[in-house]
Amino acid sequence: MKTMLNIALPKGRLGEKVYGMFEKAGFPCPSIHENNRKLIFENEALGVRYFWVKPSDVAIYVERGAADIGVAGKDILLEYAPDVYELLDLDIGKCRMAVAAPKDFRDDPQKTLKVATKFSNIALDYYNSKGREIDIIHLNGSIEIAPILGLSDVIVDIVETGTTLKENNLEVFETIVPISARLIANKSSFMFKAEQIEKIVRETAKMTEEKK
Amino acid sequence: MIFDDKNLKSDEKAIFALRSIYGKYGYSRYKMNKFEEYDLYVRNKDFLISDNVITFTDTNGKLMALKPDVTLSIIKNCTDEKGIVQKMYYDENVYRVSKGRVGFREITQVGLECIGDIDDYNVSEVLVLAAESLMTISDEWVLDISHLGILSDAVEKLDVDRETQREIIKCVGEKNPHELRRLCGEGAGELLIKLVTTYGDAREVIEKLKGLDVSEQYINELEGVVSAFEMCGLAKKLRIDFSVVSDIKYYNGISFKGFINGVPEAVLSGGRYDNLMKRMGKKSGAIGFAVYIDLLEEIEKESSKYDIDTLLLYEEGEEQKNIFHATARLSERGHSVVAQRAKPEKLRYKKLMKLKDGEVTCLEDNA
Repeated sequence: MKTMLNIALPKGRLGEKVYGMFEKAGFPCPSIHENNRKLIFENEALGVRYFWVKPSDVAIYVERGAADIGVAGKDILLEYAPDVYELLDLDIGKCRMAVAAPKDFRDDPQKTLKVATKFSNIALDYYNSKGREIDIIHLNGSIEIAPILGLSDVIVDIVETGTTLKENNLEVFETIVPISARLIANKSSFMFKAEQIEKIVRETAKMTEEKK
Repeated sequence: MIFDDKNLKSDEKAIFALRSIYGKYGYSRYKMNKFEEYDLYVRNKDFLISDNVITFTDTNGKLMALKPDVTLSIIKNCTDEKGIVQKMYYDENVYRVSKGRVGFREITQVGLECIGDIDDYNVSEVLVLAAESLMTISDEWVLDISHLGILSDAVEKLDVDRETQREIIKCVGEKNPHELRRLCGEGAGELLIKLVTTYGDAREVIEKLKGLDVSEQYINELEGVVSAFEMCGLAKKLRIDFSVVSDIKYYNGISFKGFINGVPEAVLSGGRYDNLMKRMGKKSGAIGFAVYIDLLEEIEKESSKYDIDTLLLYEEGEEQKNIFHATARLSERGHSVVAQRAKPEKLRYKKLMKLKDGEVTCLEDNA
């Protein structure tokens, strides 16, 4: 039996783009184009299996070995710090992790800063490194309204174009770190499926280089 | 006593096998107390896999901990004499929070420590024992080794602050060349990027290292291990990979991790830890490793289809001696038999037998 290379892709536009790259890299799985609700797709002859998972779960699938490789945003990797190899910056899905605040916000260092965010660990690390005392308010969505309603002073969130911020009267205050999609691999799988993983990394790296 | 090892799970078998290997090489078993003074762990917090420790106050008022780690206790109790090497192994339960999991767990850990006036032979012996440990667990194994001296030399050359150094080492552990480039800045860090992207067959990597700006002494140390593995016929599964990183506050020299196909993380991890010895006021060197037995559950080939070989049903009023005779006869060939008056729900049995007035009849045969 041929060993299967299991690939976790993030559901959505980014995942589809990544699949396109992997297909070109020599790992096609035509059944993925069928329009249905299936989440797992196999190309048995080639020994490759793709599955769609929630973007924030990709790292967990890879860390626990259910997927050998996967694609996750740097934001997810910084937040969960999974024990995986980060083999390649795919240079797509680019955005940045930033602190945003209402336009008239003035930071008063004498007060504890209230920070609303989905990314508690990233926010904590960032403010800890600056020695600033903060109060983390963990939210799961619609972070932008927190400062408007007085729930928080600032937010820490992903900013792509800045349109959502603008529409909610917020602006970027500081950039914490640039974000893009990364190719990650399980450390044990990398030992035993090295040939396949190295090939997919090599071929995809060529594509990102060409794009530059 | 004769016992049937089919009743043992793969992790239990591994414990027996490992103990016999270490015993064969003259390592003696080190048995210790379940508790240790909490103070020991506070002073060496970063050495622990997780800094969560179960603590309690002993009757004398001392703050104690349920052992989260074994190595620290062994070092604390070892003697420090020139020319002497103490060889010990242990098989202990430790209590800690595994990364990414919730709550404390009891984890069985088997490990080995070689402490004292360590020479090249001791290092190779420990590594060969690590390889033999992996071999007894599975045919599909790999031992990855790296040299922390090579890594810290390369980092030192960069002239960056401690925080950046820490991040750089993390990137090396992630095989992450793109972040390394960003951290080191243009032009710098080429050696580190070469180290990260050079991995695989140990001999081939050593040849490549010779062309890089790497201390000859360190290359020789790695070469010594590779030669030992070639001698033992194990070299095929030995790889050099600099992504095996450990905290250089505690570890130095050769560091290693063992992988088994089917287990998503390293099942064996170890290295030379002279720095930890120094921190604990000892003069000599040390090398050792631990095998994480709890991870071996994942390689259980297949969970058995049946809970029991035979379910023997008897009715009320059946004479005791008949039941004894029947179970004794049915279990003769090492089969498991359970005598019950009613069929337990969800019990999966191979055969269903009925006992009536000393007569056994077969009602069902699923084998």
